[in-house]
Amino acid sequence: MSPVLAKRGVHMLHTLLPAMALTLLLGAVFWRQPRAMSYFGINLLLDLAIPLMFATLAQMMILAVSDLDLSIGPFVSLVASIGATLLPTRPALATLALAAAVAAYALAGAVIESRRLPSIVVTLGLSFVWLGCAVLLLPTPGGLAPGWLSSAMAYRTPWLPMPIWMALVAAVLGHALITRSAFGTLVRGLGGNPAAVARVGWSLVRVRAGVYALAGVFGVIAGLMLVGQTTSADPNIASRYTLVSIAAVILGGGKFVGGYVSPVGAVIGALTMTLAASFLTFLDIAPDWQVGMQGLILIVVLGLRAAIDRLERIA
Amino acid sequence: MTNSISEILFEVRDAAKAFGAVQALRGVDFQITRGECIGLVGHNGAGKSTLMNVLSGTLTPDRGELHFAGRAGRSDWGVREAQRLGVRSVYQELSLCANLSLAENMRIAQPQLKGWNWRVNAGSQLEASLDRIFPGHGLRADQVVADLSIGKRQLVEIARAFTPGAQPLELMILDEPTSSLDSHAAGQLLAYIREFVAHGKSCILISHKLREIFNVADRVVVMRDGQVVESVRTDQTSRDRLVAAMGQDEQATGFAGEASPTAGPQNAPLVVKVSSPTRTRMEMNAGAGEVIGLAGLAGHGQTGLLLRLQAASTGAAESAVWVGGATSFVAGDRQTDGVFGLWSIARNMSVGCLSQFQRGLLIDLKKERDRAEQWRQRLGLVTPDLDLPIFSLSGGNQQKVLFARALGSTAPIILMDDPMRGVDVGTKHDVYALIADEARRGRTFIWYTTEFDELFHCDRVYVFNNGEVVGELSRAELNEERVLNMSFEEIAA
Repeated sequence: MSPVLAKRGVHMLHTLLPAMALTLLLGAVFWRQPRAMSYFGINLLLDLAIPLMFATLAQMMILAVSDLDLSIGPFVSLVASIGATLLPTRPALATLALAAAVAAYALAGAVIESRRLPSIVVTLGLSFVWLGCAVLLLPTPGGLAPGWLSSAMAYRTPWLPMPIWMALVAAVLGHALITRSAFGTLVRGLGGNPAAVARVGWSLVRVRAGVYALAGVFGVIAGLMLVGQTTSADPNIASRYTLVSIAAVILGGGKFVGGYVSPVGAVIGALTMTLAASFLTFLDIAPDWQVGMQGLILIVVLGLRAAIDRLERIA
Repeated sequence: MTNSISEILFEVRDAAKAFGAVQALRGVDFQITRGECIGLVGHNGAGKSTLMNVLSGTLTPDRGELHFAGRAGRSDWGVREAQRLGVRSVYQELSLCANLSLAENMRIAQPQLKGWNWRVNAGSQLEASLDRIFPGHGLRADQVVADLSIGKRQLVEIARAFTPGAQPLELMILDEPTSSLDSHAAGQLLAYIREFVAHGKSCILISHKLREIFNVADRVVVMRDGQVVESVRTDQTSRDRLVAAMGQDEQATGFAGEASPTAGPQNAPLVVKVSSPTRTRMEMNAGAGEVIGLAGLAGHGQTGLLLRLQAASTGAAESAVWVGGATSFVAGDRQTDGVFGLWSIARNMSVGCLSQFQRGLLIDLKKERDRAEQWRQRLGLVTPDLDLPIFSLSGGNQQKVLFARALGSTAPIILMDDPMRGVDVGTKHDVYALIADEARRGRTFIWYTTEFDELFHCDRVYVFNNGEVVGELSRAELNEERVLNMSFEEIAA
């Protein structure tokens, strides 16, 4: 094999790694439980991945500019709480509240850029704000999602189960937005070399505010879908999304710095993280091990990626 | 362009700019006419880059007036305004996003590329520019910048700046554009600049290579201490006059032939030996106290060899490379490989040999400070306080700190990766003397340089081509034609 071809092959391996991890996990599930390989089986297995995918896209927007969002979990919880309280009774007010939340996200981005603050600190602070608002709205778990939302999430999609359709939509949407569009290029450029972007005349404050606003929009989508699935909410319903979404982006080939992200990989990462949790039930292992399993998969995939990187350098 | 020749394009009056206590510009008057190429020279820290940043709008001067041809207002001169009127710049530190492809980098600079196939358009425009300026560049628009060598990245950045777009292009400011280019690409660029100004455009070329200035510029502007001290037509001045105006005595520059002989011992014990991987190529070696130059076109394996030597000295076994002692590395790309941006000047020096300052588990701060003070005097470092952050220094002075870090170690072998990139003549002279001095004490230097004149400071020179050593020259045998011949012959074959 020629060196160029070998290099391309190794690069391909790198790109396919997230998909291979998912396939392997899915294969293991189907091997243990062949009946899962059905419309209902897949629905059951991957239902929980739907909101997580969009939360992962939100996290990916932030990682693309070399920031980190520690507030996405509480934010999704807040949106779910709004969805279960205000949305059925006072839809106009609920819409206003959601718009204000997105605006707050954009403002956070602008402040991070203009005051040169570390995103981790700002978003960590915001996470308590979101949690506080959610508790104010919904002091005890409960509420009721509007009927149209619940029935939309329970809709029986033709041909393929809903999680597959949603994964396709999220992947195509993310890919078009971040990898293909001119705006996405600018966003990744900001993550790669902010000085270079500023020197050609872009306003970094505006770009970063835009990125955070988009992350907020994805967070709203995730929260509404989540409350549509569960029909009720609680202020901590999605708090684990913060770390799981970061893991999913990294699992999918993204990096913490330098503006390297892959939307398709991130969606696959979200599916893998969900599957890693439900996988254990099929092996008759106590669900207490779910988080450990997610961690284990993350370590294995990142280890493999490091090995592939090494191969790439040699090739 | 008959009557446009004398029309003033851009004029700066009494511009001043201070950074804290440092007065970078102290009332500069500067003008450039259409169709003119100005060579801007001066020491590092003379204010050239600051002036450039003022012209291109990235810095706002504390006082002074900026007049761009026909533009009335004097307020709000900023990056956008400058670009709208046709001022573009290529900066010394690279301004590409490493994670993006060439086409995507093009899009960031030229937002008017719209539509669903902007990627294709951006790519073909950039490739067209590359073809025009650097024929035979071997780059593709879908390549990612991170995969390119620093020399190739510079080609991309220059070509990107010269690509016409929705905004006009009247004035091109190039800050040390050839510092990472090999002489072939540098020649192509200089030829293109002449063509560019012949079409009535203007160009400011900042360079430490006076030969380039004399080849290309119509007029030379000399800066010193934040002021313009001379502005003269190139054909009415001489190299010696310029150097004098820069405030440098003449023999300070280390020009061809008058380098200080280090007289490396002929039969000194061998400290480095690299066997050839194939039988057709030659092997190389270095003795104690020798200064060995690595020549050839940029990016032909010189840096790779230095890294292999360093790996070999730290125990990574490689049968073809033998290194008899510790090595210390002076990085050329100081922003990425050299400085610790958040640390003080003194700590940046001492980090290379912290064990020398260790007392128990802690660092002996007094000893560290004394040593830093010694190096400050020995290198003539221009700073009020060694506790200031490293970025308070000009580029040349930062490089001096990196030398102090390497030479302060006990390593008998110093590896240098084109360390004089974009360093002023005065600093170079100081460092040449330092190298000769240290070599006499028995230290070995392996020195990759893209500047031909520096090879005269070496005892022996190995010429690289396509990752292999293709020739060895002693100082007596050294001349530019020979080196160029060796650098190019295999490519032609």
